[in-house]
Amino acid sequence: MAKLGELARLIRSKNAGPFELTFDIMFDDEATFKRVCDSHVLNAELIARLYNLSANQVQFFIVPPALAIKASIPRPRFQGDVLDSDGHGGQQYAPLIDIEIP
Amino acid sequence: MDDPVEVRVVSASGVCGSGFKESSFAAGLARNPHFIGCDAGSTDPGPAPLGTGKPSFPARSIKRDLRIMLKGARANGIPLLIGSAGTAGGKPHLELVRDIVLEIAREEGLSFKLALIHAEQNKDYLKRRLAEGRIRPLSPAPDFDEGVIDRAERIVGMMGEDPFLRALDEGADVVIAGRSSDCAIFAGIPIRMGVDPGMAWHAAKLLECGAAVAVERTNPDSVFVTFGRRHFDIEPLDPTMRATPQSVAAHALYENSNPYRLVESSGVLDLTHATYEALDHRRVRVQGSVFEPAQTYTVKLEGAELVGYQSVVIGGIRDPYIIRQIDSWVARLETKVHERVADVMKGDKAAEGYIFNVRLYGKNGTMGPLEPETEIRSHELCMVMEATASTQEIATTIVSMARHQALHLPIPEWGGLITAVACIYSPAYLERGAVYRFCVNHVVEPADPFEMFPIEYINVG
Repeated sequence: MAKLGELARLIRSKNAGPFELTFDIMFDDEATFKRVCDSHVLNAELIARLYNLSANQVQFFIVPPALAIKASIPRPRFQGDVLDSDGHGGQQYAPLIDIEIP
Repeated sequence: MDDPVEVRVVSASGVCGSGFKESSFAAGLARNPHFIGCDAGSTDPGPAPLGTGKPSFPARSIKRDLRIMLKGARANGIPLLIGSAGTAGGKPHLELVRDIVLEIAREEGLSFKLALIHAEQNKDYLKRRLAEGRIRPLSPAPDFDEGVIDRAERIVGMMGEDPFLRALDEGADVVIAGRSSDCAIFAGIPIRMGVDPGMAWHAAKLLECGAAVAVERTNPDSVFVTFGRRHFDIEPLDPTMRATPQSVAAHALYENSNPYRLVESSGVLDLTHATYEALDHRRVRVQGSVFEPAQTYTVKLEGAELVGYQSVVIGGIRDPYIIRQIDSWVARLETKVHERVADVMKGDKAAEGYIFNVRLYGKNGTMGPLEPETEIRSHELCMVMEATASTQEIATTIVSMARHQALHLPIPEWGGLITAVACIYSPAYLERGAVYRFCVNHVVEPADPFEMFPIEYINVG
């Protein structure tokens, strides 16, 4: 087992416009990318659980040329709303770091 | 149709105002580009630029970048295209950038025909299109009706490539556009010169972010694209930066919800079959991107409305006894504040609907209710108390009362008067001024790509 944060070159979150939030998980090499994809641990259901959504609200992508996995969700609060806490959406990925990958 | 074409483009930077190396830009000009482009806008700074009419980058830094671009464009006799002027691309943003351009022209003795393309929308026009059923929501979207249009401080439309091309056709040397699709700045000219639209839109998506396509973007900088008819080659212009097939492919992920399909006014860019090939250790060739023309031409709207006026107090909490009961302590604080407001503001209609919010850094300030860590392991907390109300005076009154309530809010562990919060400033409050929210995520179906974007010309110098 290894934590996703140890396997990925970069895990990041960012606004995709003011109304959506997107997560990019990028890898350095084909083997690690394949290991994470083939584990099937990362999927729309897991993202939904971590961000308190239903799976049909999560867009989930495998992007082989970029050696990347991507997920997009509706923003918990619209960007800049009074109760929003992360204007750029840049610090919402922490729960992904500790995901255990076999 | 299969005659070879070559179109060369330099993008000065990912955002006009964020800077770039003069040496990189000069290296781009030395390759004889057909035009210079630069995106100047974003919603990333939030609703404030659109709401307040002010850019997110300082006017001085916008002027620094524009001066270098204008001089380069005029010296080489090539068009300069700037999109989303002044961050949000509304009327005041366009006017600010226009004034900067005129000032530079005066200082440098430049003369040219300047096109200003307006993107701020007429409210009556929007109401008419709404009534005709020609405004529809994207997902997710806030509710939208005539009331939203009336309340909005400002609504802009995001123009496609056509208004840029029309301005050039009508003789403009320099085009400063209001809110535009970032990619439209770069896609129009190559398509007109014979480049496959799929390749033009894909390259445009990379060009609009400047050197962000590099493996390590050490600083904002210029990037260069050379098109053939069915491919393009991209490279960062700083020789110490490099692009790889992976870094170029990865860029399609950035700030997009879908990495394979990017929606524009005139169609959808599909990257499913794009291929990325290293030409050497720092240049990448891209092929296979496809542009699907839209059945219906749409223009995306962005709008901001005033929420109210905000004041905040920031303070630290170090007492472990308070920290271990912070949730109930804050709940008691909130009750006290609401009681004080009810008492002091009794009968004042203007005070109704205020929002008092407490953020706790060291607990869940960043993620709020989504924070999975339930245990506080920090020896101190940062507390931000925030009041948002219909006037600045009311917001400051509320947050000032909250400061005093928080200072002396007792806990059972201590007998006697405590002082529970370490305030940083005197006065303790900060007045944040007007705060806005994004109030639109919709598209309009205009009669044509031009009706929402009138062009104004100025003969400069």
